[in-house]
Amino acid sequence: MKTFAALLQRDITVLIRDLPEFVVRIAMQPFLFVFVFGYVLPNAGQVQPSYANLLLPGILAASMMMAGVQGTAIPLSQDFGAIKEIEDRLMAPIRISMVVLEKIVMGTLQSWIAGGLVFPIAWIIMRNNLSVHVQSFITLFVLLFLVGIASAATGITLGTSISPFKIPLMFATIIIPMIFLGAAYYPWHALGNVAWLQKVILINPMVYAAEGFRSVLTPKVEHIRQLYVILGLLAAITVLSGIGLRGFVKRAYS
Amino acid sequence: MEKPVIQIESLTKVYSLDSHRRVDAVKGISFSVKQGEIFGLLGPNGAGKTTTIGMLTTRVRVTSGDGFIAGISIRDEVAVKRLIAVVPQQNNLDRSLTVRENLIFHAKYFGVPKQEREQKADELLEMMGLKQRQDDYVRAFSGGMAQRLMIARSLMHEPKILFLDEATTGLDPQSRRLLWDKVNELNAGGQTIFLTTHYMDEADELCHCIAIMDHGKILAMDTPGNLKKMVPGGNRIELELKDVSDALIDGLQKLDRAGEVNRRDEPDKVVLSIHGDQTMMAGIMRVAQQAQADVLGVKLHQVTLEDLFIHLTGRRLRD
Repeated sequence: MKTFAALLQRDITVLIRDLPEFVVRIAMQPFLFVFVFGYVLPNAGQVQPSYANLLLPGILAASMMMAGVQGTAIPLSQDFGAIKEIEDRLMAPIRISMVVLEKIVMGTLQSWIAGGLVFPIAWIIMRNNLSVHVQSFITLFVLLFLVGIASAATGITLGTSISPFKIPLMFATIIIPMIFLGAAYYPWHALGNVAWLQKVILINPMVYAAEGFRSVLTPKVEHIRQLYVILGLLAAITVLSGIGLRGFVKRAYS
Repeated sequence: MEKPVIQIESLTKVYSLDSHRRVDAVKGISFSVKQGEIFGLLGPNGAGKTTTIGMLTTRVRVTSGDGFIAGISIRDEVAVKRLIAVVPQQNNLDRSLTVRENLIFHAKYFGVPKQEREQKADELLEMMGLKQRQDDYVRAFSGGMAQRLMIARSLMHEPKILFLDEATTGLDPQSRRLLWDKVNELNAGGQTIFLTTHYMDEADELCHCIAIMDHGKILAMDTPGNLKKMVPGGNRIELELKDVSDALIDGLQKLDRAGEVNRRDEPDKVVLSIHGDQTMMAGIMRVAQQAQADVLGVKLHQVTLEDLFIHLTGRRLRD
């Protein structure tokens, strides 16, 4: 356990050191999105003010997902593909699977920080147009917990399967589509007229994150049932952690 | 007889590239390394050295056979990792941390208590000549400094065995020499060191025992001195002359211990090659004087591990 704690301490030390950069990276995009779609356009009469209610849960989910994925996938990809920095931690007296677990914990932590950062920003900017009623704090915390882990598990899977030279491509082909096709900027039920897409995107863990937050923050908006949301997130965590762990072990040994 | 600290028994590694092709990287090797020894695995690139060290350090999965580090099977990864340290060829320092933090965090991973790790870090930074740089980030480090820091890092948890995997490859001669000094210094303090190299001079200079490896097999293993004795002919002296008389050849052949005298004609000189070492120099010069030979030069050719490798494989080490 001492070793696990030391690994975690190393990552937290580095995170705190890079905190300003981390905050800008995590918060800039959601800030701009909320500012334009939740403040500027509604005030300009281009977007209905009630759009803010749709946007808040979606932005929360998207930011958490991005933070968790970026926080794990990019360093891992670089570590295994090029700089080999992780070698020293792989040689630490601990099982390799525990090194993976530490990475998931760290990604989850970053995802939570992102959530904790973006939520108040979005709230403040859009407060005049929001009608948020937290239905159940317990459910909210369960969802925050699960979304954080799901994002880190997604990151581990991507990070161990993508070479560092393909990171820009990963953004273009996986992360951006995940966000845009993740029911962040529209509720999943609104896709009823594009039924095939509505079904296809159910493989995207983002959908469950966004719909889950909708169910607890803005329950008036039609959303996927909480039970299915939680099952979806649990399935994503199980499958992606499994693939990620296998990928990690495969990269760690030769 | 000291108890071996590394014991390898029929260790084998097969890589499956796909369902049809496989590479036998290490083919059932067995040997042991004594406590306090500098042991070298010498061979060309692709001989299987790094795969062997990879298996001993738990990072390459063993196909068959077994290895024991201080009596513990290398399949018991966590227990083995506690006993060893590895300095790789490639810089794998933590670029997000300072020089000192690289050492401190490494020690933390191994559960070294605070006071001990701070003291150890001071000692090692001093020893490796990095004290002045301790608060710098390692991003801008040169190859030699990085290598020294990696050695310092590896010693933070006082490993029973230090593995150096081609640790001097790519270093300038000065940094290499400095690293050799450090290796000797550590060994003088009782540190067992297992290294791989494809530099025969490095193996010759540093190692107490050398295993010569090629195509996944150990071809020979002994002290550098004994290994060189395996080369037929051994050391020889080459006498370069303007011309050669029968009297000279007769005289040389009669010299103690001298075997056959070989003659090689070159455009502007004749070279006579006589088996023997520096102790025969005086006798040879005396014979040459008596025969009134016009000596252009004398060269002593000492057998190198390279000669042994050529003798064993018919190839040069660095083909």
